[in-house]
Amino acid sequence: MLANYGYKDASGDFFITIDTDKCDGCGDCVSACPAKIFEVLDEDPNDPMRDEPVAAVAGDKKKKLKYECNPCKPGTDRPQLPCVAACGAGAISHSW
Amino acid sequence: MAEEKQEFWRWTESNWKNPDIIWKDAKFVTVGIDVGSVSSQAVIMADGKILAYGNMRTGSDSPNSARNALKFALDALGDMSEERMDYCIGTGYGRVNVPFADRSVTEIACHARGANFLYGPEVRTVLDVGGQDIKAIQCDKKGKVTNFLMNDKCAAGTGRGMEVFSDLLGIPIQEVGDRSYEFKGEEPPAVSSTCVVYAKSEATSLLRKGWTKEEVLAAYCKAMADRIYSLVERIGVKPEFAVTGGMAKNRGVMDRIMPKIGIERMKTEWDTQIAGAAGAALFGYTLCQKGKGRVKG
Repeated sequence: MLANYGYKDASGDFFITIDTDKCDGCGDCVSACPAKIFEVLDEDPNDPMRDEPVAAVAGDKKKKLKYECNPCKPGTDRPQLPCVAACGAGAISHSW
Repeated sequence: MAEEKQEFWRWTESNWKNPDIIWKDAKFVTVGIDVGSVSSQAVIMADGKILAYGNMRTGSDSPNSARNALKFALDALGDMSEERMDYCIGTGYGRVNVPFADRSVTEIACHARGANFLYGPEVRTVLDVGGQDIKAIQCDKKGKVTNFLMNDKCAAGTGRGMEVFSDLLGIPIQEVGDRSYEFKGEEPPAVSSTCVVYAKSEATSLLRKGWTKEEVLAAYCKAMADRIYSLVERIGVKPEFAVTGGMAKNRGVMDRIMPKIGIERMKTEWDTQIAGAAGAALFGYTLCQKGKGRVKG
């Protein structure tokens, strides 16, 4: 499942997508993110039939992604994002 | 003395009983409770078939709304006691506040499953326009979510916005769809802001300029359609396409979205507002079948 967390407003689209089929709930993204926007849940809230842990964007962060992610996104010479780099499974992507 | 003002936004609450099912023979009776921001639904299912439902407005107290919705559904049924239910799942905004629920499931999963049930297994894209959020969901033939997006940061383009407009213009909410097409001449352009607060102030000034109510309504419906479509566009539309939630009953918005999407939306006999609760009841049924139901002591 592609879980799109975030929002769209007049200033743009701000979504973090987690591919829950690739995510194994290891939690490497949780420690890699300086803004602590990820969390690992024991079960997928959007798939009641799945019992394995899965990463998600924390509820109190998903409405402010534009600002929370901003420090990792300089306008020029942008390095690879720490969350994307940390995810060995390649499950995380950003829309902006 | 001031007259009591009529509340145009108040939509009709309803409950219904399926006359064709004898629930006493059912192996599992499962209940889904969807406590949304504006409306609450309870669906009672017997072995995965809808037995009865209740659909009412959510009050300020979620546990009470959940209880009232269930009672409303049980009233329709008449002769079932609450103890008969084998499993109960809560969903929606107030899902953690359903005191008698065995577990909670997000409304994303429930709406996909519910749409799969109400519209049939061909549905691949579900658009749920709720009271205060919009969900665009893609699912497989079993109603399992494959891709979703929820906009709950801003209530632009949602059901509550339409309620505010029906009240502002003094047009009963059920008539909004038809009335929005009763303008003369060319269709007016969309209001520039979909934000309910700004759109309301823009509408007030348009009325001041001499626009008719119907023209203002058309402009707002158009703006809502644009807003909703921009979210659907992000995850993409795969046929078949279905709409759930109260807004599915409003042709003023729906008929303005469909040309952008380019395919027909599916039709159903069911009340589109019960999709979430129906999905929850179905998950309960699946859990019972797997032996993961409630342990009765």
